[in-house]
Amino acid sequence: MTTSTAAPPRRPRPRAQLTSAQRFANFSYRATPYVYISPFFILFAIVGLFPLVYTAYVSLHEWSLIGGDGGFVGLDNYASVLGDKKFWIALRNSLSIFLLSSVPQLIFALLIASALDTNLRGKTFWRMGVLLPYVVAPVAVALIFGQLFADQFGAINNFLSIFGIPPVRWHVDPLSSHVAIATMVNFRWTGYNSLVLLAAMQAIPRDYYEAAVIDGAGRIRQFLSVTIPGIRPTLIFVIITSTIGGLQIFDEPRLYDQFGQGGSDSQWLTLTLYLYNIGWDRFDFGKASAVAWLLFLVIAVFGLINLMLSRRISTEGTK
Amino acid sequence: MSAASYSPAQLARFRRRRMRNLAIAQRRPGWVGYGFLGLVLLLSILPLYWSFLVASGDSTSARDPNLSWFPGGHFLENAISAISNPAVNFWKALGNSILVSVTVSASVVFFSTLAGYAFAKLKFKGRGPLLVFIIATVAVPTQLGVVPLYLLMAQYGWIDTMQAVIVPALVNAFGVFWMTQYLSQALPDEIIEAARVDGASSFRSFWSIALPIARPAATMLALFTFVASWTNFFWPFIVLSPQNPTLPVALSLLQANYFVDYSIVLAGTLVATVPLLILFVVAGKQLVSGIMQGAIK
Repeated sequence: MTTSTAAPPRRPRPRAQLTSAQRFANFSYRATPYVYISPFFILFAIVGLFPLVYTAYVSLHEWSLIGGDGGFVGLDNYASVLGDKKFWIALRNSLSIFLLSSVPQLIFALLIASALDTNLRGKTFWRMGVLLPYVVAPVAVALIFGQLFADQFGAINNFLSIFGIPPVRWHVDPLSSHVAIATMVNFRWTGYNSLVLLAAMQAIPRDYYEAAVIDGAGRIRQFLSVTIPGIRPTLIFVIITSTIGGLQIFDEPRLYDQFGQGGSDSQWLTLTLYLYNIGWDRFDFGKASAVAWLLFLVIAVFGLINLMLSRRISTEGTK
Repeated sequence: MSAASYSPAQLARFRRRRMRNLAIAQRRPGWVGYGFLGLVLLLSILPLYWSFLVASGDSTSARDPNLSWFPGGHFLENAISAISNPAVNFWKALGNSILVSVTVSASVVFFSTLAGYAFAKLKFKGRGPLLVFIIATVAVPTQLGVVPLYLLMAQYGWIDTMQAVIVPALVNAFGVFWMTQYLSQALPDEIIEAARVDGASSFRSFWSIALPIARPAATMLALFTFVASWTNFFWPFIVLSPQNPTLPVALSLLQANYFVDYSIVLAGTLVATVPLLILFVVAGKQLVSGIMQGAIK
């Protein structure tokens, strides 16, 4: 086709030759793509970017839910948050739950994905099967697992007692409660992530495995030298998204017991739960905003660390 | 080296060896593979089945060390107690959840397809950088802007309304990226040009050509948006009141008493999960292929 209207006019014609109607048509033709993509940008500006930036402004002010802006206070809110023992406990808990959920989840997702990446009978059945937990809402997962992990005669403690293991105090000991909450996250997301990794594994040409077999590589060697390098970009993607999501965990710790305060001793208080409690239980928006920005920094730092780590690990696999 | 220098017996041996290598490379699963996946499946189902056992029992079931593997006869009774609990507003929550999830899914599909169409098929200045910008926003934890977002909603008098939940979710970066990817390979340039030659306006060619062609990807996007919307908790929990909740917010109220009967709580939890379980049975295949297609890109 020679008279493609999609291509911009090569020779700029003198303006006088265009009628106003033509000029309008020309303008609307040029403007149309921007109109089509504008909803995202407008919405992101109003409900995404602006609130995030304005959080910094609020964090420098005394600001209560009812009274509103109570004046500039500099870094007082930050000082008060950093001086609060609960903040550091919440930071520790968030990191601990994040590690307990992301590391085992990634390992299991890799194992499940490589089990699925074979000539299985009933592929669709198995793939759907591992995805089932994904459609259970985190709130529902938290209510169910909160009971499975009950301290006295909970189903998991009952099960452990069969092997003579004494009851674990899932709602008392910090580490045990972190394990329980991480289990909820893993329950919902492991299958989902294994499908993501499976897709990446299937994009690896089968000849590579054949060549590896001819070179005498066993299963484990194939996995380390062919599979891992082959799915590297996807692996990094999964690690980064689970970092951003994992550090903001809220639903599960909020509903882990009936009080929603993160435990009597803040055993499973996470940073987002801490933010919520300051903002909507104590109505201190200035301090809540300071927490939000500190959490933002934590996420940025860990996102970058993970990016570097996962890059290094997966390149070492290729050597 | 030519094949003629080998005897037929040698060639046959080579072929057998090659077939064996291929078989290993194709990796047929043994019982270990099936056993492992079976265990994974069991662990995926067991928590749900256990909560059904508890929900069909009585108030002691959740703590019963000798809980029967067969459901008791009280599920309906417990589900009705949960649904009719006046503090929970179950029917209102169900209506709100349907309203929010349907509206958000429709809107995300429409705006994402529109933007995807522009990015995939229309030429304009800054197209590349703008698309990169959109993809980069995925990594921005916008959830941390809740305080100003709440102030904004208060300003407009939207606290405790469904607009407050719907409007921030009308379009998202993932949707735009997803539709751009799909349309750039599924929609041939020639069709759009032909439509333009025939005098179709830009919006007309979007509506009558791009939208129908986008249907497979749009269906998947709608499914994922629906699930995300239906299970969303943090923001609705902040901005909605117990009198006007969505289902997850209502569920969170089930155990907010000092004396909690967990057979009722879990019955309510299961009832609220049923719509998505139905969706999973009907469209689980598409969810699986959606995740797998999204991963490669």
